[in-house]
Amino acid sequence: MITHQDSMHILLADDDEDDRTFFNEALQELKMNNKLTLFKDGKELMDYLEQPDIKLPHVLFLDLNMPGKTGIDCLKEIRANVRFKEVSIAIYSTSSSEKDIEDTFIEGANIYIKKPNDFSKLKEIIKEVVNMNWQFHTSGLNIETFFFSI
Amino acid sequence: MKLNFNYDGNIACRTILQEQFERLDIKYLLLDLGQIEIVDDVSEERLAELQNNLDKYGIQIVNNPKGKLIQKIKDAIIEIVYEKDKFPNVNISQYLADKLNFRYGYITNVFSEYTHTSIENFIIIQKIERAKKLIIQEELTLTEISHELNYSSVAHLSTQFKKVTGLTPSMFKRIIGRRRELSNND
Repeated sequence: MITHQDSMHILLADDDEDDRTFFNEALQELKMNNKLTLFKDGKELMDYLEQPDIKLPHVLFLDLNMPGKTGIDCLKEIRANVRFKEVSIAIYSTSSSEKDIEDTFIEGANIYIKKPNDFSKLKEIIKEVVNMNWQFHTSGLNIETFFFSI
Repeated sequence: MKLNFNYDGNIACRTILQEQFERLDIKYLLLDLGQIEIVDDVSEERLAELQNNLDKYGIQIVNNPKGKLIQKIKDAIIEIVYEKDKFPNVNISQYLADKLNFRYGYITNVFSEYTHTSIENFIIIQKIERAKKLIIQEELTLTEISHELNYSSVAHLSTQFKKVTGLTPSMFKRIIGRRRELSNND
């Protein structure tokens, strides 16, 4: 059970160090309290999630193109486990094709982010996503029909 | 076999609360807008036990005054979105100010400070949430849904749907359908 205290718990798996640093910076500009845990790849993330005693995050950001376990591999594994049904999953990708977006949602993602080229735009997007996700967790909205493509 | 359900979250929640109060033998009165009055004195331990039992349902006892006000604002908005027949042509800001007995300016400030969104945006999110439920139920056409939710046209509903989800209503419906097919094949 995820608790909805005032702090938002976020996980990010991304193999690019610059992206991780940047993501962290964007979150620090948010007014909302949050706690970010970073992972270098899909395997490290899945190893962490397999531990029984962890506090479940409100949202998990996955880079689509990671070496080894890709974002989609992680998405499928996580969605196959009911323990994580309340965790929203955000995928970010360089593709903006309607088919890729649809397929990602069908596999169980809640948020699809088309990676923009400039950092300030990405910062805005992260803020908007985190905010929208917070509304879903604090206002009794149905996570199973939560889709946000940006 | 897979079954689909149509349910009212408010009724479900009220029933859970009634059952839990009765289980701990706490005397209560049901008030509207998610409030319950406890008739006798109840010890801190009993309240903690109640909260403990409610945790698994995702229900929390709200103790600070601003938290209570925000819950009342949310409940009042949800009531308007789901039972619009009860509120013909209602001016929401006036309605909230009268119902909650605060100036609307104060209500919007407290709301944005604690929820990280505006009342206007919250109303839009709730309307789109209801639109999603109606689309999935497949009993109404998109035109009927737009009437039900007080949109001036289907185009207006679709624009707002796209703003909140990034998807068109038909993409949304297709995704839900394909997800169901996938889980039926498991």
